[in-house]
Amino acid sequence: MGSPGRWGYPDRVTSPGKSLLDKSLLDKVWDAHAVRELPSGQTQLFIGLHLIHEVTSPQAFAMLREAKLPVRFPSRTFATVDHIIPTESQRRPLADELAEEMLVALERSCAEHRIRLFDPGSGKQGIVHVIGPELGLTQPGMTIACGDSHTSTHGAFGAVAFGIGTSQVADVLATQCLALARPKVRRIEVTGKLRAGVYAKDVILTIIRRLGVQGGVGYAYEYAGPVVDAMTIEERLTLCNMSIEGGARCGYVNPDEATFDYLRGREFAPKGEAFERARAAWRAAASDPGARYDDRVEIEGSALAPAVTWGIHPGQSVAVDEKLPRLAEVPATERAAAAEAFEFMGLRPGEPVAGTRIDVAFIGSCTNGRISDLREAARVARAGRVAPHVKALVVPGSQAVARQAEAEGLPEVFRAAGFEWRQAGCSMCLAMNPDKLVGRQLCASSSNRNFKGRQGSPTGRTLLMSPAMVAAAALRGAVADVRELL
Amino acid sequence: MAANVERVAGRGCVLRADDIDTDRIIPARFLRCVTFDGLGEHAFEDDRAQAKGNHPFDDRRFAGAAILVVGQNFGCGSSREHAPQALMRSGFRAFVGGSFAEIFAGNCTALGLPCATLPPEHLAKLMDSIDLDPAQELVLDLRARTLASRAGILACGIAEGARQQLLEGTWNATAVLLEAGPAIEATAARLAYVQDFRA
Repeated sequence: MGSPGRWGYPDRVTSPGKSLLDKSLLDKVWDAHAVRELPSGQTQLFIGLHLIHEVTSPQAFAMLREAKLPVRFPSRTFATVDHIIPTESQRRPLADELAEEMLVALERSCAEHRIRLFDPGSGKQGIVHVIGPELGLTQPGMTIACGDSHTSTHGAFGAVAFGIGTSQVADVLATQCLALARPKVRRIEVTGKLRAGVYAKDVILTIIRRLGVQGGVGYAYEYAGPVVDAMTIEERLTLCNMSIEGGARCGYVNPDEATFDYLRGREFAPKGEAFERARAAWRAAASDPGARYDDRVEIEGSALAPAVTWGIHPGQSVAVDEKLPRLAEVPATERAAAAEAFEFMGLRPGEPVAGTRIDVAFIGSCTNGRISDLREAARVARAGRVAPHVKALVVPGSQAVARQAEAEGLPEVFRAAGFEWRQAGCSMCLAMNPDKLVGRQLCASSSNRNFKGRQGSPTGRTLLMSPAMVAAAALRGAVADVRELL
Repeated sequence: MAANVERVAGRGCVLRADDIDTDRIIPARFLRCVTFDGLGEHAFEDDRAQAKGNHPFDDRRFAGAAILVVGQNFGCGSSREHAPQALMRSGFRAFVGGSFAEIFAGNCTALGLPCATLPPEHLAKLMDSIDLDPAQELVLDLRARTLASRAGILACGIAEGARQQLLEGTWNATAVLLEAGPAIEATAARLAYVQDFRA
């Protein structure tokens, strides 16, 4: 471990005429947060920001109570309610008794341990991975943990952020630390320029299709290249969000001017001179030009088309103008899984994916429930009406996103087209609230997982795609190429 | 200090599929709870219903099994600890498979449940052997990194950090992390964002 420099990150060692000890962002952040090496060989890593929600924290608070331990750094944990929150009415008590019980448990634990809770009454409630960034809590160079696999989202700012289980939530509450093995780093460069109608969602679905759903196990993904450089922060959030779907527990983008501009003026971001000091530190956290990587992959961004999943994991996708694979074309090791997927989905190998009839359209989630996602979907929605047989739902990712959308008149656009406009939460991404598929309904969804039963009906089916593609599918009543509507 | 986990012995249950996600292990509707109690009976509930009695968890030959033998990328998806909790509460004390998703494996370690990997040809051999003789005893030896069965003594992989935690009985990490004492605050004090440029 290098000696900590002015900003807490080990100084880059330079000496004239010699090679530089260049480091990746992952290594810098890791070294800066390492408390000690553990006897197991893992690192005891300090966690700068801990986010909690109602589903994976109650048992962790119970563990603390049982061990009679306090919360070590209560000011570094923030809570919200997202998974179980109904999207039709957030009025208390919640109509669903189990949901109300979970929310009450979270309120009690937060009050007892002096943890800041963004509840529906705060005006700041929303999906944990939407509010962290929009409140300015998520910052470059941080370590971030949350009892939720999509914590990788926060890597969009150049943070090292990963999902943890409940026992580890208890570890962070009690010690602000985790015992972890340092991951390897794979740099994924996306070259060229995305064509119209192609979004960050299509980039990440293509990466997962290419590298596989377990290709990232043991790795952090560093996303880079001209396409990533040109992305807005919200697009980078979408990209990093689904790192876990590729098996990578965390994924990140090096912080740049877009990152700093996004953070300026946010509630929890530094202000005035402190912001300038922070900006210098954030810049120093980025990977050095000569950083070594354990692996490198290049993806041709200019060649990408809108992607659609057809199977039961996010690696099973095609471009919207492609046909579904024939079993003989699928690699032997993936053939059984593909056969199982075709059977569950009721789709036929070799058929075009465009034209697949849908029953439900869902726009929202921590992947694609931000204002730019809603704007793109609304652009498409303006062009027509939701097909009569389709139930279409727009769920903003946070109360702040909802307010912004309302200021821009987006709910009216959606309602006029036949979409329902709801309140903020995770909603039908995982259907822990009343928003669920029924029976074998097929849903075009801007969420992140197409697992069997994911959207609340054990036999329900999910096609993942960008929010604009979901809107296009809602209008046509079937999977459609959004490029024809833009 | 948690108990040392040096070996797990017991019968096996074979689940032949890849990419089994944690939504399938324990569907999200069973996460609407504030304790882990009672999760065991809901493990693989929807898969079992759809298999109409043909799921390995409903196969009487595998009743009482302690080691779940799985394919590639087991436990992918959601970080829910409810998944290993449900499997532990239905009697499993170890997992052997082609590979495991990282968060799932970490959650298992935190519960004292080892996840050991075998190369594909050995995994297939083990699965066939258990299918032929489900009553046989399997022995996972963490010290020797082997899995003994009628298929022979197979060398298996296990993440070294997790293996050490299990062998040393330090898999309940909270106690170990607390031992760092003031070094935790000292680390925080070196971080500019903790000390300097707070909002």
